[in-house]
Amino acid sequence: MEGPANTLTYLIAGFAVIFGIMLIYLVSLLSRWNNLRKDAELLKELEKKE
Amino acid sequence: MTAQPTTLKILTVVTVLMLAAATLMVILYAPLEAVMGQVQKVFYFHVASGWTGMLGFFVAFVAGIVYLITHKRIWDIVGVAGVEIGLVFMLICIITGSIWARPIWNTWWTWDPRLTTATIMELVYAAYLMLRQGVEDPDRRARFGAVYAIIGFLSVPLTFFSIRIFRTIHPVVIGGGDSDATGSFDMTAKMLQTFMFSLATFSVLFVTLLWHRIRMGKFADQLEQLKMKLLA
Repeated sequence: MEGPANTLTYLIAGFAVIFGIMLIYLVSLLSRWNNLRKDAELLKELEKKE
Repeated sequence: MTAQPTTLKILTVVTVLMLAAATLMVILYAPLEAVMGQVQKVFYFHVASGWTGMLGFFVAFVAGIVYLITHKRIWDIVGVAGVEIGLVFMLICIITGSIWARPIWNTWWTWDPRLTTATIMELVYAAYLMLRQGVEDPDRRARFGAVYAIIGFLSVPLTFFSIRIFRTIHPVVIGGGDSDATGSFDMTAKMLQTFMFSLATFSVLFVTLLWHRIRMGKFADQLEQLKMKLLA
């Protein structure tokens, strides 16, 4: 009787996609947070000048 | 912006631990499916991602209704957060489905009702984010977003029920399915436990990401209001 098909490569590809996309999203969130913090500092300085 | 709440910090740690545990369960605990082999294990996170994606769109739908009733900006922020997270997870669901399909259906893609409706749903919500960018006035943008999220939600039940309504080759793992479906399998107790834990993990992951994204949205909104005040 034949055993299960060897599909390990596809499993690895699947997990790479799952964690890859999640990582990209997390990096995008962190990057946007940092940009917002920089904007906040700049706006505070402008507010002080006014 | 206020400091991150302790509950959110704890929730983030719990989410990471649960995700690690779910991954280990899928790899080590869930048994190997007799015909499909290792690629079947993609199923646990594929379905969980689809569930999370639809949850995100549902949150946007509810937030849209509440915004139209209350006109409170927070509900617009919740709606955008729901759509954004929904899009990320639906993309994971579509791509992992395609990877699973290659060895099982012998093709990366086919215009099956489930695959077609899922793609339409993804595009509908991608358009939501793009079209929002074109509206400058925050109140008009929020109103537009709310109406769009409510109408766009029609694509969610259509996608969910497509494998139960139409003749399809996509397997229906829960609640039986079409005999034409290729890649169906019966879940053993261990498979079911892994599947339920994956669903719970992705649900917790969704709540954590939603909370983080709402906090960011509120911060961005405060800055936008400050900018407008300075420009006035």
